[in-house]
Amino acid sequence: MKRTVSEINEKIKRGKVVVVRADEMTEIVRQEGAREAFEKVDVVTTGTFGPMCSSGAFLNLGQSDPPIKMSRVWLNDVPVCADLAAVDIYIGATAISEKAGMNYGGGHVIQDFVDGKSIRLRATGYGTDCYPRREIETYINKETVNQAFLFNPRNAYQNYSCATNGSERALYTYMGILLPKFGNITYSSAGQLSPLLNDPYYRTVGIGTRVFLCGAEGYVAWQGTQHKPSVKRTKKGFPVEPAGSLALTGDLKKMSSRFLRGARFHRYGATLFVGVGIPVPVLDDEMASFTGVGDDELETSVFDYSEQKRSRRKLGSVTYEELRSGKVELLGKSIPTAPLSSYKVAREIAETLKSWIAKGDFFLTEPVQPLPVEGDLKVLEAGRRKGGQVVQ
Amino acid sequence: MSSKRVVLTFPPEVVEQPVVAIMVKQYEILTNILRAQVHEGEVGRMLVELEGDTKKIRAAIKYLKEIGVTVEDAIRDIALDESSCISCGACTAVCVPGALSLHGEEQELLLNRKKCILCGFCVDACPLQLIKVKF
Ligand code: SF4
Ligand code: SF4
Repeated sequence: MKRTVSEINEKIKRGKVVVVRADEMTEIVRQEGAREAFEKVDVVTTGTFGPMCSSGAFLNLGQSDPPIKMSRVWLNDVPVCADLAAVDIYIGATAISEKAGMNYGGGHVIQDFVDGKSIRLRATGYGTDCYPRREIETYINKETVNQAFLFNPRNAYQNYSCATNGSERALYTYMGILLPKFGNITYSSAGQLSPLLNDPYYRTVGIGTRVFLCGAEGYVAWQGTQHKPSVKRTKKGFPVEPAGSLALTGDLKKMSSRFLRGARFHRYGATLFVGVGIPVPVLDDEMASFTGVGDDELETSVFDYSEQKRSRRKLGSVTYEELRSGKVELLGKSIPTAPLSSYKVAREIAETLKSWIAKGDFFLTEPVQPLPVEGDLKVLEAGRRKGGQVVQ
Repeated sequence: MSSKRVVLTFPPEVVEQPVVAIMVKQYEILTNILRAQVHEGEVGRMLVELEGDTKKIRAAIKYLKEIGVTVEDAIRDIALDESSCISCGACTAVCVPGALSLHGEEQELLLNRKKCILCGFCVDACPLQLIKVKF
């Protein structure tokens, strides 16, 4: 038995679609089996809300009179990338304020923009015949600029490793504060609610897929950076380490700071909490079984972040059920665990997307092009100095 | 019997007095010092848990005030902007006493002020900078 995306959309149109959240699907599949679940459920909604550093926003500021070709731009004292056409900029989430330091960064600028706040713009240019102005200072907001869209090169990572710290001092990382002597373990994935863990081989999500992005509609633009499908997987096909990822885009002006938050990790830097939800069409028994995955079947690995190396030693494997219980047994002791991504908001995202679909406000899409299902990561080797020159 | 967590602020002239010993002896109060901060010649601060007869605790607090010690309710010294909290849980990673934890199916963040020792680690750990601790 099979079902197609257009059949599902037909049901959405007629108000007859059956849509459940991924955590609800887990229960249904456990109780009734994948076959029954497929018969019953058309769509499963997923969600995640975590810090995603590879995020940012493109803005077109509008032209001044006389015009300027901006080469250096600051928004609320945060430097942004202006190496595009005259008044196009890209706000990177991890840029930090030249005045406030790490406590205010690109992620915060993006959130303030979404909240409709007024943002101080400072720009300089080198002056050309066609763009004579050399500097400008003013204020911008959502209403004053032209296009504004989030464009995140890497979101919704399919699984993520956990961090702990075997050293004698606390470590301040993008995985939060790691207490010394294996004092805690932090993790960052929505587990059973996580978008790409519900479609482990990207059968239904691909380029062009319409998604929930920070409270608005968004789209999958490309495979995400570091998309790395060829990793170790469980027997059922779920990756046990970071695997696929998505590049996402959507209209920033329509987003809500309920699902988009500027953040800072102490002594690490600024970032952005991004809310992503993807609807997974239950096309057949296999998709029902995939979306029925539970936290007890999803594994990840623990690494010691005090090893300052590219490849750290793996200390062990844990399931998301264990992580969510608040402590795990590892290295012969019981170590407290803490998440960095919000399960509560992830669930709220899945619930919101569910209601959009049920009300007929959101239709599913077929990918224009699938994502690669194979591929590994390359590394960057530092060059050597030889006779005053750098050689590879 | 009852217990109460208070933050005591000692002026320099009182810092050297055996206040804790007096509390134990005269007022029969168990005093558990959870945190203490004394800089030479400066004001000292102490987070203590007082355990004993309710009336005696009241009398002891009166005595402390008389000798010039400021007595504040400890639970007022941690502030969390709950309406902005996203329940990410990053703060729970550093809260060793377990005052901050995630609860229920929703995994919502709850702060149990009674367990808080005002260490302030969560102030740094909250990525949204929502927690303020005064000690
Ligand atoms: S101040 Fe310390 S004990 Fe109190 S909530 Fe924060 S981390 Fe926990
Ligand atoms: S770290 Fe901050 S936002 Fe996250 S749960 Fe704790 S108080 Fe809430």
